[in-house]
Amino acid sequence: MSTSPTSSPQTVTPMSEYNFAYLDEQTKRMIRRAVLKGLAVPGYQVPFASREMPMPYGWGTGGVQVSAAVMTSDDTFKVIDQGADDTTNAVSIRKFFEKTADVAVTEHTKDATVVQTRHRIPEELLGEDQILVYQVPIPEPLRFIEPRETETRKMHALEEYGLMHVRLYENIAQHGAITTAYAYPVKVEDRYVMDPSPIPKFDNPKLESEAIQLFGAGREQRIYAVPPHTKVVSLDFDDYPFDPSKANHSCALCGSSTSYLDEVIMDDDGRRMFVCSDTDYCAQRQANGHTGEQEQAA
Amino acid sequence: MYVAVKGGERAIDNAHAWLAEERRGDPSVEELSVAQIREQLALAVARVMAEGSLFDPDLAALAIKQARGDLIEAIFLIRAFRTTLPRFGASEPLDTGKMTCDRRISATFKDVPGGQVLGPTFDYTHRLIDFTLAANGELPLDAQTGEARTEQTPHVTEFLDREGLIQNEVDGDDTPRDLTREPLDFPADRPLRLQAIARGDEGFVLSMAYSTQRGYGRNHPFVGELRVGQAAVEMDIPELGFAIEIGEVTVTECETVNQFMGSKSEPPQFTRGYGLVFGHCERKAISMALVDRALRWEELGEDNVGAPAQDEEFVLSHSDNIQATGFLEHIKLPHYVDFQSELELIRKLRAEAQQAVQNEPQPFQEAAE
Repeated sequence: MSTSPTSSPQTVTPMSEYNFAYLDEQTKRMIRRAVLKGLAVPGYQVPFASREMPMPYGWGTGGVQVSAAVMTSDDTFKVIDQGADDTTNAVSIRKFFEKTADVAVTEHTKDATVVQTRHRIPEELLGEDQILVYQVPIPEPLRFIEPRETETRKMHALEEYGLMHVRLYENIAQHGAITTAYAYPVKVEDRYVMDPSPIPKFDNPKLESEAIQLFGAGREQRIYAVPPHTKVVSLDFDDYPFDPSKANHSCALCGSSTSYLDEVIMDDDGRRMFVCSDTDYCAQRQANGHTGEQEQAA
Repeated sequence: MYVAVKGGERAIDNAHAWLAEERRGDPSVEELSVAQIREQLALAVARVMAEGSLFDPDLAALAIKQARGDLIEAIFLIRAFRTTLPRFGASEPLDTGKMTCDRRISATFKDVPGGQVLGPTFDYTHRLIDFTLAANGELPLDAQTGEARTEQTPHVTEFLDREGLIQNEVDGDDTPRDLTREPLDFPADRPLRLQAIARGDEGFVLSMAYSTQRGYGRNHPFVGELRVGQAAVEMDIPELGFAIEIGEVTVTECETVNQFMGSKSEPPQFTRGYGLVFGHCERKAISMALVDRALRWEELGEDNVGAPAQDEEFVLSHSDNIQATGFLEHIKLPHYVDFQSELELIRKLRAEAQQAVQNEPQPFQEAAE
């Protein structure tokens, strides 16, 4: 498998005190069962006995457990947070698996077999030999309408999603638009309403994918999944269709006008510029000779 | 000129190195030993063991040292370690009636068989800073030091039980569900609730209990009995065919006696709340008993007055401080992708609102503000 610039075996020694990928095999089996059930019932939240991981709840313990359960020693692992490989928590999780599974890591989306992500879907479309693992804080799309788990499980069971549509309708009535910009709810295979994790709604169309998509919520003890080629529809109305908008700019580094952009404040006067949130995508484009305004000016 | 931010890996390594240095503090001050923490900060050790759900005073003391005295962080270390331990089996239920008692008091009877044993308590100390501790370090110990009761001490509620005045607790045959091996599921039965509260945050459980005393689901508790001491842990060894003692644990047990006027299903009688925690931790044990009792409203046919402490989903979902602190503190992590999408949305809404003002000067803009 490919070696990448981030792989630094001289500083990383596999932890022999722990099982491959940290979790014991019993726990992995339990998680794999939940994953399989999730794949069999797309969008359904499967309860699982989440373990205390050596990183805090909220830091991606659900994603880490799912990654640990699906990972083999032949895999190549990529971790992104906010689209970037180099954000501190992405680095931390990548190091965790280098240490506990001695697995090959990469920053290149196309070289990875397992990609763990927080808050983004990579720009480059994933293929059928890839698994995308999402870190999920609140798996329940109905949670902010109904705080009780006993109630929301009932609502899902009865496919009672009226309240969600009322909420979206009220948004439009009050603000003229649906005011959900991220974690925008979707309906999976015409059955379950699902929280796609806090990805910007710009990413929602990519939820229909060739890859296996697994969602892990550690603290809330839920796993759910979207199998390849599953229908995923962002909730909307005929007269207010879903709009996967983004900043109306192009990347200052690679010139892409179709990728999701981060806004960076440049100086005390508040001058700002826009750059790709997906760092690998941006770097690949720059390597292929694409340039943005800043590079052209330089 | 903007260069994409790099160096997360180096930043983390440096932060860890700095943290290690801060943990040690001034190197000219002697380093704390784990044994010192275990012996002299025993109540902190007790809390870490209780909420970490692992009885190991040395490990808890080490965790406190590593966590720089942050007990929730220490509990987290213990939990993360505990979850990797193999399960050899389950012990027999602790027989707290046979435990040796360092302390045993009842607030419901002036005297009881076994007596009132005050034991090592802060209860009647005057909370005056003792400067001699700072000056001399060591206080001269009184010639007489306490000794635990070694004979069996009967439970106070047994006496009420004999008269049929207190609601009878029936032995359950079923092995209770294990909160750490199964996802929390509602409705939760009493063993599961007690498990959750036993490892719940002391502050949270205290506040929930306090709220019942102040009227949010009042349940009139008396401390029927509070005892602290060592209980033997016995385990059935299949090769032997009988249970043997494999060790002992320090526990604090509290049984409350609660007034109860009867309900549709139950005659007037006393009812119970129960608390049991690792180590010496009376505040937690009493709190646990009060919250346990409040959560039993349905079983006893009481009214749900909508008090937070009566709501098992509310109590159990929010009592774990490792979950709570993780989720609370995770908002420190980068959220700029989501924030960016909010920025775009707000700008768009404001632009539309402004457009509407220009097109139509009537004051009809409250929605967008």
